[in-house]
Amino acid sequence: MASYPPAPPTGRFEMYSWLFMRVSGIVLLVMAVFHLLLMHYGIGVEQLNYQVVATRWGSPWWRLYDFFLLLLALTHGMNGARILMDEYLRAGGWRLVLKIVLSLLYLLLLVMGAWVIVTF
Amino acid sequence: MRVRFDIKRYDPEKDEAPYFQNYEVELGETDRVLDGLNEIRWRQDGTLTFRRSCEHGICGSDAMRINGRNRLACKTLIREVGRRVRIEPLLGFPVVRDLVVDQQRFFQDYRSVLPFLVNDDPPPPRERLQSPEARRRFDDTTKCILCAACTTACPSAWGNDSFLGPAAIVQAHRFIFDTRDHATVERLARLAGRCGVWACRTAYNCTMACPREIQVTRAIAEVKRAALLGGP
Repeated sequence: MASYPPAPPTGRFEMYSWLFMRVSGIVLLVMAVFHLLLMHYGIGVEQLNYQVVATRWGSPWWRLYDFFLLLLALTHGMNGARILMDEYLRAGGWRLVLKIVLSLLYLLLLVMGAWVIVTF
Repeated sequence: MRVRFDIKRYDPEKDEAPYFQNYEVELGETDRVLDGLNEIRWRQDGTLTFRRSCEHGICGSDAMRINGRNRLACKTLIREVGRRVRIEPLLGFPVVRDLVVDQQRFFQDYRSVLPFLVNDDPPPPRERLQSPEARRRFDDTTKCILCAACTTACPSAWGNDSFLGPAAIVQAHRFIFDTRDHATVERLARLAGRCGVWACRTAYNCTMACPREIQVTRAIAEVKRAALLGGP
């Protein structure tokens, strides 16, 4: 094989990010629509109260379901915001600062949400 | 009929900012936009600057924004655009003068995807044979004339200077899906990053802009799949 100028270092992160957006998008569609239908028609908005949530979270499966809903929706949304920053901001100081803020916000919200689900 | 041309003009050495200049030309409805531009340059204003070469839709040098769409001036008839034609240079490249843009970046990206057949096997006595089915696999992307209409219509390419752009990916597709080629791994390595296929957001502007009617977005999707699966 002849030699060519080396390819720029790319890694596979962007590919997995792209794949994650597609897969999580489809999964979220199913999970979020199911959640919505259950809340609005299964239980009914007027019946929703603390007791309903407490009863539901008595089951570890519901906690798992809600944790995955949180994880997927938050990661999907935050990754989307990261991509927007890549496209709309020039590389450099401000983009880096905003991405760090975004990452911290992501971790904070994830930990807070998980904390509630696990320790309720 | 009298056709009015509103042409965006800019000479970086003289003008502070681009401006529109109007010309009126007598043309038939089966004349092309390029005939109007030639008429202006030859008989009205010799300073109007634009590229054209073969004038028959093959060389790809007269791509420009005609009434807001990227098209080849030599393939666009007056009856398709009406009595008022607004002409601007391709978006996203620095303007050299009037309708001539600096395509350095475009051709640098093109060269970076190794747009040539790579096969170090000793050549057979006559030719490297290929079945018609295998040839058909990349037939669509062989039609590219490198006019840059797709890349300069792409919002991701406008926003991201380092994105290779649809044209370079189309050229890569032409070789990635060629059974005679052996450099798929090298090419996919160049296309797999944030500056390659993953910067495509499937806006379909490229497909709409292509004067050769290449299914550009589809070709990009096929390269994405090849990158994901590690080969065509």
